[in-house]
Amino acid sequence: MGLLKRSLRACFDSGERFLALAFPPDWNPLLNLGALGFFFYWIVTVSGIYVYIFLDTGVTQAFASVEYMTGEQWYAAGLMRSLHRYASDGLVAVMLLHMLREFALDRFRGVRWFGWATGIAVLLLVTIAGISGYWLVWDRLAQYVAIVSTEWLDHLPFFGQPIARNFLSPETLDSRFFTLMIFMHIAVPLIALVGLWLHLQRVTKPRINPPMGLAVGAGLSLLMLSAVHPATSQGAANLAQVPGSVGLDWFYLGAYPLLETFSGEVTWSAALALLVIMGAIPWLPPMKRQRPAAVDLANCNGCARCMNDCPYSAITMQARSDGRPFEGEAVVDPDLCVACGICAGSCPTSTPFRRLSDLVPGIDLPDRSIAAIRADADAEGARIAGPARIMVFGCINAGVAAACRAADVGVVSLNCTGQLPPSFIDYVISRKLADGVLIAGCRENGCHNRFGARWTADRLAGERDPYLRARVPRARVVTLWAGRLGGAGLRREIAALATRLALLGPFKPKSPFGRAVAQGERADA
Amino acid sequence: MPSVARYAGQILFHAGFAAAIGTFASWPMYNRMPEGSAQIKLSFNHGGRRVEDCRRLTAEELSKLPSNQRRPIDCSRERLPVTIQLLIDGAPIYEAVLKPGGIAGDGQARAYEKFIVPAGTHLIEARLRDSKRSEGFDYRSRFEAALAPGQNLAIDFKAEQGGFLFR
Repeated sequence: MGLLKRSLRACFDSGERFLALAFPPDWNPLLNLGALGFFFYWIVTVSGIYVYIFLDTGVTQAFASVEYMTGEQWYAAGLMRSLHRYASDGLVAVMLLHMLREFALDRFRGVRWFGWATGIAVLLLVTIAGISGYWLVWDRLAQYVAIVSTEWLDHLPFFGQPIARNFLSPETLDSRFFTLMIFMHIAVPLIALVGLWLHLQRVTKPRINPPMGLAVGAGLSLLMLSAVHPATSQGAANLAQVPGSVGLDWFYLGAYPLLETFSGEVTWSAALALLVIMGAIPWLPPMKRQRPAAVDLANCNGCARCMNDCPYSAITMQARSDGRPFEGEAVVDPDLCVACGICAGSCPTSTPFRRLSDLVPGIDLPDRSIAAIRADADAEGARIAGPARIMVFGCINAGVAAACRAADVGVVSLNCTGQLPPSFIDYVISRKLADGVLIAGCRENGCHNRFGARWTADRLAGERDPYLRARVPRARVVTLWAGRLGGAGLRREIAALATRLALLGPFKPKSPFGRAVAQGERADA
Repeated sequence: MPSVARYAGQILFHAGFAAAIGTFASWPMYNRMPEGSAQIKLSFNHGGRRVEDCRRLTAEELSKLPSNQRRPIDCSRERLPVTIQLLIDGAPIYEAVLKPGGIAGDGQARAYEKFIVPAGTHLIEARLRDSKRSEGFDYRSRFEAALAPGQNLAIDFKAEQGGFLFR
């Protein structure tokens, strides 16, 4: 499993890096798979409503009505039919990629099981909806789908008589069954929409719309495909003939040849086993979770920054329980917390300058506390030496390894770059622990914890509280959002920063009165 | 990378994505049957006769029953299995004893079988036994079928229509 994940992760990393050559970070398709899925869903919905206007739902008239759309009304209903089919294929393709990526990035275990489970359910529903759609055209492919589907279902002991008998011969064809399929084709996607709503329940600010540029590109490409290569039927269904050779839609019907090759016992057992494995995979094996964030009421003033920054809706504010004169207090739901530490990074009490009292922020991770990060920074600062000393704060999910640690480069690991309060940068430079700071995290828009990289960039730019103080020399601070393949980039950035720091010379902090602070004076007084 | 090249890259990506979707939406073709063959599909739902024959109750027996349950005929629920044989050109290709459906064994026996045969003329013989007899069959039909390549011949059974139906 580990090897599979690593291989997939390497594939996705390479793909993201390759696509980053052409797409701006916000538009990278591999970082917008979920949003693209929603986009295709809406195209399917709108085109489906349009096509339904022209579809004759009688089993013998359906084929003629679809042919009318494709032939006589090719410019409108025909185009919509093609869009309906191709967007459906796009939907299932991006859903599969989305699922594989979350698997590769290990974002389906622990408290994230809920998103995984609801995602699997939605994928199943979308597949059922797609298969039922092929049925409605009532061409040779529909005949094949109807017969193989019902024969497979007949292996279940639920049906009084084989439902495949509906397709035994032209005389046995039953319109009522056809009506049931139309109902399914409309109802199942609606249930899938409810599933999608559930899928997003444990994340804040879900990205359900792709960036405009990406949406325009994806939409136009499908429109062009529909115009150049319109979806067509495969000849009218005829139950007196066997649909011997069919052009399968491999996105939806890829498993159908297997249903015919193996016995019902084998295929049903395999399908159920696959479903059980997919459902149980978040617990195979159980994730070794860090303990969730904990609130220290003595240091919490109820500012709600942690709640606003939490990417997983794990923090809520409630009425003060300790009688102190603040509006509220933060409460962590341990079932939703992934221990990313972004909350600790947002807490105004997470300042490393605190020395008179223990460094206990209002909210913190018990297994990777702000105090431990300060201790690491202090230790690395004491270790490194040279004319251009650099302190790297690296996200563990971005694979910032200790390998870049050197005589003049210190490395402090974070659960997420969002865990780093900006005051740490001020602390490292003003206390002369290093001459410069490099923050290395996941690729832009591809943060393992959704918003860590974004919040960090906003905090450094002074656009999100807590801000990086104005006195911090920006020339000594570099951010690198390069993800797991940032190894080479990281080394380049370190070298470039070292060159720059050598030119800048040692940091000379300015006092509030406009003069440089002498060696040994407190710069942070 | 210059912006023109980036836009070209995006166009290439979208074109590639659309091409992949368009291609695998209907290609490669899937061939299910060998060239020059036809299919015979045997399917029916048929309840065998009852295990015990129905019996007319005597007047004494009826008088012992509550007035709202006095049905003159008493029938057991359980049905006999159905034996089916299918021969093509004199050679048996399917033979089975089909159990009645239902937990109490009072439902219909079900059959749904497919056979791929070379196209051409075949003598098809279907036999069915649904009674207590131990030898012979209650229904038998012969049908000479000229099967074209790709043709699907359905064999159904409906006792009320006289037995086997070749469609």
